Amino acid sequence: MGRDLRPLFEPRGVVVTGVSSHPGKFGFVTLHNLLSCGYEGAVFAVGREAGSVLGQPVLASIESLPDGAAELLVVCTPVSVNEEIIRTAAARGVRAVFVAAGGYSETGPDGIEAEARLVAMADELGLVLAGPNGQGITSPPVGLCAQIVAPYPPRGRIGVASQSGNFVSAFQNYAGQTGIGLSRSVSAGNAAATCIADYLEWFADDPETDVGLCYVEGLTDGRDFFERMATVTRRMPVVVVKGGATSGGQRAAASHTGSLASDDRVFDGMARQAGMVRTPTIEAAFDAAASFATQPLPGGDGVLVLTTAGGWGVVTADAVTSHPDLTLTALPEDLLVAVDAMLPPRWSRNNPVDLAGGETRDTIPELLDLVAAHPGIDSILQLGLGIQGNTAALTRRGPFHPDHGLERIVDYHERQERRYAEAAAAASATHSKPILVASELAVAQPDNPMVTAVRESGRLCYASADRAVAALGHMAWYAAWLRARS
Amino acid sequence: MGVPATRTLSEAASRRLVADAGVIVSDWATASDPDTAAEVAVAMGLPVVAKLCGDAIAHKTERGLVRLSLGSAADVHAAATDLLAAATEADGPVELLISTMLRGNRELIAGMVRDPQFGPCVMLGVGGVLAEAVADVAFRLAPLEDMDARDLMGDLGTQALLGEFRGEPAVDRDALVETLCALGALAADPGIVSVDLNPLIVVDGVAIAVDALVEVVDDRGDA
Repeated sequence: MGRDLRPLFEPRGVVVTGVSSHPGKFGFVTLHNLLSCGYEGAVFAVGREAGSVLGQPVLASIESLPDGAAELLVVCTPVSVNEEIIRTAAARGVRAVFVAAGGYSETGPDGIEAEARLVAMADELGLVLAGPNGQGITSPPVGLCAQIVAPYPPRGRIGVASQSGNFVSAFQNYAGQTGIGLSRSVSAGNAAATCIADYLEWFADDPETDVGLCYVEGLTDGRDFFERMATVTRRMPVVVVKGGATSGGQRAAASHTGSLASDDRVFDGMARQAGMVRTPTIEAAFDAAASFATQPLPGGDGVLVLTTAGGWGVVTADAVTSHPDLTLTALPEDLLVAVDAMLPPRWSRNNPVDLAGGETRDTIPELLDLVAAHPGIDSILQLGLGIQGNTAALTRRGPFHPDHGLERIVDYHERQERRYAEAAAAASATHSKPILVASELAVAQPDNPMVTAVRESGRLCYASADRAVAALGHMAWYAAWLRARS
Repeated sequence: MGVPATRTLSEAASRRLVADAGVIVSDWATASDPDTAAEVAVAMGLPVVAKLCGDAIAHKTERGLVRLSLGSAADVHAAATDLLAAATEADGPVELLISTMLRGNRELIAGMVRDPQFGPCVMLGVGGVLAEAVADVAFRLAPLEDMDARDLMGDLGTQALLGEFRGEPAVDRDALVETLCALGALAADPGIVSVDLNPLIVVDGVAIAVDALVEVVDDRGDA
């Protein structure tokens, strides 16, 4: 098993160094974040000026930290003083250190030496050392926001580990936007002692985390990463974005094989062999991770497209058909007969199941349950919802509401949208199949009652049908990878 | 430190090495003179391919050292005579390599290479004259399990090429698994730097290597 990172993500007590009264400095910001996001453990501040910051007494030295009062040390002080601070903190019971401070291996030979000394000291003292030169960590299950930046993400089931702090923020921003929260996040910084694989291994055994989401640029030992990930992915899906995919390029080689072995192709093969889900973009990575975190895995590659609007069904069926890991399921005969009984004859009588406007009050919820229950259907894409919510929004804002019977119809439309979203989540949970609801309204009109209801159901409302197809494709691929190895 | 010096093995030595590991290669034999070349060609069954073969000869096609579709003993004899005459001093010891002329509409490329980040990798790709332009290739880290080899085939973008094609049966995936796993197993020898099977021709569904090039660490000391 990997290293125990519990003191980093669930510390009993936190101490921050480099705290001053200047609200723009990292020490101040970190202290602010620690005190503002619901962390219930003790928080200590160490700074050069004694006094108080944000109502918190500032200790003039780490020497004054009470024994055993803090397990996590967040270092926002310069390189020259950090070794002594860390050594003293360890003597006071600190077990994990996040070095936010820069000035280490990213700066040159002196920094490389200083970083090597940090690593040696952490080894000697048995400390978990994260960073240096990282943004920090968040751990929503314990209200911990030990970061020099914002935001603080909502709580969820995605564990983020990134070689770029900026992408940690990006994933946190998506978590805030979509409501699909994070369990932990860490910016690995220079990853001097604790690397992406260490974090993912710990996430795999973390009861708060269901899926790992990582960004990697360079790997010091690619083979080791591969072998560890191949083990992690048996227990937890891992989504990876690789930076520098197009750089590096071809090497001079005697063989054709060598000339075709670009960094990107080898990484791609490695990732697939290890069972990692690789996505080309940050938003696709979040979509995939959010899907693993909130949807059951599909039992096969077959997809049924349900739509209230013809065009969406057609283009989405095309996207499913051309996806290498998905199949557009031929509509089973008994399902066709059952749907026939529910709808006027103008419906598509095919997959995509296009209601063609023939639905009445209970059709969509009943249909969702009916198709999800069918053993021949592995997964469902639900499109074209939100139309009634959209009508309700315009009507509600217009000059005639609430008269002319508009109050009642607006309420009805909004209630229906909520029912659709709730029915999708309920059918998915009942029959243990992914049901993905996609609509541009997720972005265009995030307060549409359908969108908010999907969000409240704990699911992602996919920003487009294409993005839902991509996410479902990743789930189907991973599920098949797992099945083939079980 | 630095990258160790390497050298290539002759096609004959390369074929021996990969075939011993389990790679499926076309029928072949060596000959030292045109008379023997004609004899082994007839014994093997015409038509054949004749090539000039030697440790220092890595890229035969570029130098015109491959003669295809030789349909008679006389053709083989003439080609062998030409090839031996084309040898230069720099080529060192040479011989003739006679192999069955295989025909198929599909060509693949496969190989093993050592990646600086991830170590030994096995490649499979679409071969033929457009191979490098199309660059439909995929990799797995060696050694390969059966399943990895199957997944590697599944990664090729041009899946239609692996199915039934122009009246030919689908590619025999079991046979190709054997070749790919053999390539992965070759990586266990640290002296083997890279392997090229370029191309493999698909005959009755079976992908057969019709050329092999093995690059080894040059431990002869004078490199």
